[in-house]
Amino acid sequence: MDSLDSLDRLIINHLQGGFPICERPYLEVAKYLHISEAVLIERLAQLLDKGLLSRFGLLYHAERLGGALTLAAMSVPETEFDQVTAIVNAFPEVAHNYARDHELNMWFVLATEQPERVPEVIQEIEAQTGLTVYNMPKQTEYYVGLRLEV
Amino acid sequence: MNHQHQQLITLIQDGLPLVPRPYLAIAEQLGTTETEVISSIQSLLHSGLMKRLGIVVRHRQLGYRANAMVVWDIPDHQVTQLGQQFKQFDFVTLCYRRKRHLPQWPYNLFCMIHSQEQDTVLQKLQTMIEVCQLQQIPHQVLFSKRCFKQCGARY
Repeated sequence: MDSLDSLDRLIINHLQGGFPICERPYLEVAKYLHISEAVLIERLAQLLDKGLLSRFGLLYHAERLGGALTLAAMSVPETEFDQVTAIVNAFPEVAHNYARDHELNMWFVLATEQPERVPEVIQEIEAQTGLTVYNMPKQTEYYVGLRLEV
Repeated sequence: MNHQHQQLITLIQDGLPLVPRPYLAIAEQLGTTETEVISSIQSLLHSGLMKRLGIVVRHRQLGYRANAMVVWDIPDHQVTQLGQQFKQFDFVTLCYRRKRHLPQWPYNLFCMIHSQEQDTVLQKLQTMIEVCQLQQIPHQVLFSKRCFKQCGARY
């Protein structure tokens, strides 16, 4: 947090809204922010290096590309938590995994190239952990606006 | 989606090159022209296959430590209306209807609230309950305790 200065914040807030598609996109953003193209490129490289940005590029709809996404949850005994985490995270299809304070205490997102891979991965996780995986696929999306002012 | 689009996506899913003419750099790798890359990206965006170009932040590293998943058990006939209403709150970053698992899991509407502190999340939640009159609707707040993996989907 402390390592972000006001220029970093400006860049992050601006680029969460999009990035231009033209010959000199960095120059266009830089002009808007009243900085030089070189400074913008250098700052982005630093933000990526520090791990403050998870992505800089094209963001896509997995489902529209023929893939599938789902949210799944498990109730994992505390004593087995680390072991189960290692099993679940070893699957390349697991995109996010969070511990949450609920009886269902492990929540992860599966993203697969083929839709039929979702039930397969779930079965494999159940087989390897001996625990039930609750699959909670999205039925309707009302809003996606993940954009955080920093 | 054609083969060229697929190659393009594979190439830029890890990020745009950090050079003054990134689309030219991509074109050189694909053996095509800058104009062609620009028009392919535009058509991927227009067709809706791509959401947008830009950045995704690691919210925890940026100080958004309190990430709460709030889940609601909403009668089926009201869920669409409430899902739409939740959009008005700028602190709600995602809102989905999902499958219930009765009897263990009765909740069918999920939304995410990101904030710096847990108290702020709870205040925001209180605002939602009052504005949308959700006093009678069962809900739970699941704060994240630890994040083990955040790498985004890959193709």
